[in-house]
Amino acid sequence: MNFNTLLRHIREGAKNVFRNGWMSVASITSIVVSLFILGVFLLLVLNVNSFADDADSQVQISTYLGSNVDKAMREKVQAEIGAMEEVSKVTLIPKAEGLKDFKEKLGEEGKDLLEGYDETTNPIPDTLKVEVVEPTTVPYVASKIKALNEKYPDQPIYKVNYGQGTTEKLFKITRAVRNIGFAFVAGLGLMAMFLISNTIRVTILARRREIGIMKLVGATNMFIRWPFFVEGALIGFVGSAVTVGALFFGYSQLVESVKADITLAFHLIPVSEIGFQLAVLIVGLGLLIGIWGSTMSIRKFLKV
Amino acid sequence: MIEMQDIWKTYPNGTHALKGVSVKIDRNEFVYLVGPSGAGKSTFMKLIYREEVPTKGQISVNGFNIGKLKPRKIPYVRRNIGVIFQDFRLLPKLTAYENVAFALEVIEAPKKVIKKRTLEVLELVGLKNKANRDPSQLSGGEQQRVAIARAIVNNPSVIIADEPTGNLDPETSWGIMQLLDEINFRGTTIVMATHNRDIVNTMRKRVIAIEHGNIVRDQLRGDYGYEF
Repeated sequence: MNFNTLLRHIREGAKNVFRNGWMSVASITSIVVSLFILGVFLLLVLNVNSFADDADSQVQISTYLGSNVDKAMREKVQAEIGAMEEVSKVTLIPKAEGLKDFKEKLGEEGKDLLEGYDETTNPIPDTLKVEVVEPTTVPYVASKIKALNEKYPDQPIYKVNYGQGTTEKLFKITRAVRNIGFAFVAGLGLMAMFLISNTIRVTILARRREIGIMKLVGATNMFIRWPFFVEGALIGFVGSAVTVGALFFGYSQLVESVKADITLAFHLIPVSEIGFQLAVLIVGLGLLIGIWGSTMSIRKFLKV
Repeated sequence: MIEMQDIWKTYPNGTHALKGVSVKIDRNEFVYLVGPSGAGKSTFMKLIYREEVPTKGQISVNGFNIGKLKPRKIPYVRRNIGVIFQDFRLLPKLTAYENVAFALEVIEAPKKVIKKRTLEVLELVGLKNKANRDPSQLSGGEQQRVAIARAIVNNPSVIIADEPTGNLDPETSWGIMQLLDEINFRGTTIVMATHNRDIVNTMRKRVIAIEHGNIVRDQLRGDYGYEF
């Protein structure tokens, strides 16, 4: 194929988009609708993911030390836990602070309950708050910390607490949300492809005669296919560009309004963080759907 | 040029369109194909431009064994055969010029050649001044001239015409026939199916009559022969 022919195909493909007028509008609209829904779901999944990641990273291991543990022992244990490769941070919460936190947590109603406890009679032990790099390793790290008791004869670890069960449940929910989200997105993608191939099939049906004439004057199949290929790509591109524009506008509005409302406990991923990947993904999908749709629907008209 | 040897064509629905046709058409001949509707004239022509493949028998066009042609090669054989229809078959959204140029774009001719050659044939068919009109803005005779221009623009060695005057009034038909005669005079073989007795009887050429899938008459400078 020479350069002139390539230009011709591009020109013809572009012309066809306009010649088919409303059919093109219908194709573009169906791409916009499907990709937009897909984009909304993608944003939802991404945000749920990031929210779950945030929640994951908040999972801590509370290590309560025995009341017999002295300062030297405490520092030894703290250093030992800090040296574990799964652990990212170990913070000491002295018993006095622990009591204060506990009082705050109980609030007004629990005030009476803790009446009479002061520095000397404090029932709360020293606590080491352990954070890990990978949330899924929490149970493993907890058991490792517990095992420290075997190393030291005076059993410095009183109790290890990491919300057993709660963590596992959280992981399960996160995974479920991700899977359902991705399944939904995949389903919508297929639906979009079906819609587009159908729309283009209608335009090709209308052009059956045209294709017949092309073949009659000796056009090769490739020659006939090219303009349709370009047309599909153009429709896909325009549709996805409109979608990206709409998604960006809507999403950034949403991010702004969420940011303004400080009572909400979560934040949305800013556009600057996911915008590029999202745009590339949607435009890529749009092109793929458009090209796939046009190639598939022209196939059977090229036989004979 | 065109040679058929014992050609049989049976369609999937069981219709026997051709039953053992053998014929030889030489370079530069002008042949009328006559016979009642459904006799097999269209099938005869479709076999030549490889719209259909024979069920049995051998057919060669320009030395190519058309029946055994690989699908990939069909376009290249068609470039050497111009086809004209009763209903013109122009691309409705293209102008007269674009319709003709299309046949050259398909074979990837250089731009300059396309322009020069398209205007040349449009002039030959007498439509140079209407080159930029859409088919809908042209009369039937003019549309058929565009179709003829498209058919000859590649300098094909054969022109297949399926009732080219079928939709035209007598006067316009004569104009088209003169054009075809001139094209034939310039060295192109023409095979034309027709029901027009006046034309066949006036512009005497070789006449091949087909009935029930068989050639019943093959006559040089023949007449139409059917009285109805």
